[in-house]
Amino acid sequence: MIGLEHYLVVSAALFVLGVLGIFINRKNVIVILMSIELLLLAVNINFVAFSAYLHQIHGQIFAMFVLTVAAGEAAVGLAILVLYFRNRGTIAVDDTDMMKG
Amino acid sequence: MTTAVFSFYLFATILLTSAVMVILSRNPVHSVLWLIVAFFNAAGLFVIVGAEFLAMLLIIVYVGAVAVLFLFVVMMLDIDFAELRTGLSRYLPLGLLVAGVILAEILLAVGSWRAGDGIQMFDVLAGTPDGMTNTQWIGSVLYTRYLYVFQAAGLVLLVAMIGAIVLTHRQRVGTKRQDIGKQVQMTPAKSVRKAQPGVGQGVDL
Repeated sequence: MIGLEHYLVVSAALFVLGVLGIFINRKNVIVILMSIELLLLAVNINFVAFSAYLHQIHGQIFAMFVLTVAAGEAAVGLAILVLYFRNRGTIAVDDTDMMKG
Repeated sequence: MTTAVFSFYLFATILLTSAVMVILSRNPVHSVLWLIVAFFNAAGLFVIVGAEFLAMLLIIVYVGAVAVLFLFVVMMLDIDFAELRTGLSRYLPLGLLVAGVILAEILLAVGSWRAGDGIQMFDVLAGTPDGMTNTQWIGSVLYTRYLYVFQAAGLVLLVAMIGAIVLTHRQRVGTKRQDIGKQVQMTPAKSVRKAQPGVGQGVDL
């Protein structure tokens, strides 16, 4: 019998993998964006699992909104990435220090 | 071991394996392909738990739109990916440290978590109420109680679309375009000129 905690374990592992991906691909923005998608997927798995085991639909509705935001975030992030590559000729995040912030 | 249990472990294993491959692949194109595998298996997990609509949405939105967008961008940019991989050994210890801390925090939080008073957690999955399908159930709540949030989600997508277009649109200099305003304002006096050049002189344009 698969219970709620099984889903929580999978989603926690996926979340940690996403965080790890952000750290070990510090130079490659594309893989960082993909890691963020993995994080959001882990959150969605949590929402859907809780929704199913509470016998409520609201978690699935909220997962849909997370999906919407993830799609918008990917679109804008990739647009910024294309713009950055056009101006600098590289996508290394380490070089993003023009503004000296 | 029932089919559902077997499917859960199968999907979960492939999901986590492909997530590892996403962050470790040397080639970002392979990363995107592994990401697609991960989304398909997450959709499988959703189907097991009874969220069919969201599973299909995940495949349509993520695999059909987001992953293809990633593929386009990865293939469009001419990047030396080998150079971007350097420094992995330098970042790995810090990454493992942060990942371990977050994992420990999640385990602590989930381990001490209990559902609040009046909230009943079930051990088994229930079907949808009144013989509704999952999609009908979502629709009956989404278009009534969450109507304004739904509209706001549409607005978020609109803003993202306009933002992406404005960011990547570029006006090239030197290209010849049709300018309707100029065409309409054109008169014969501006466009036609009579000339009577002498023999062998030609016309100044």
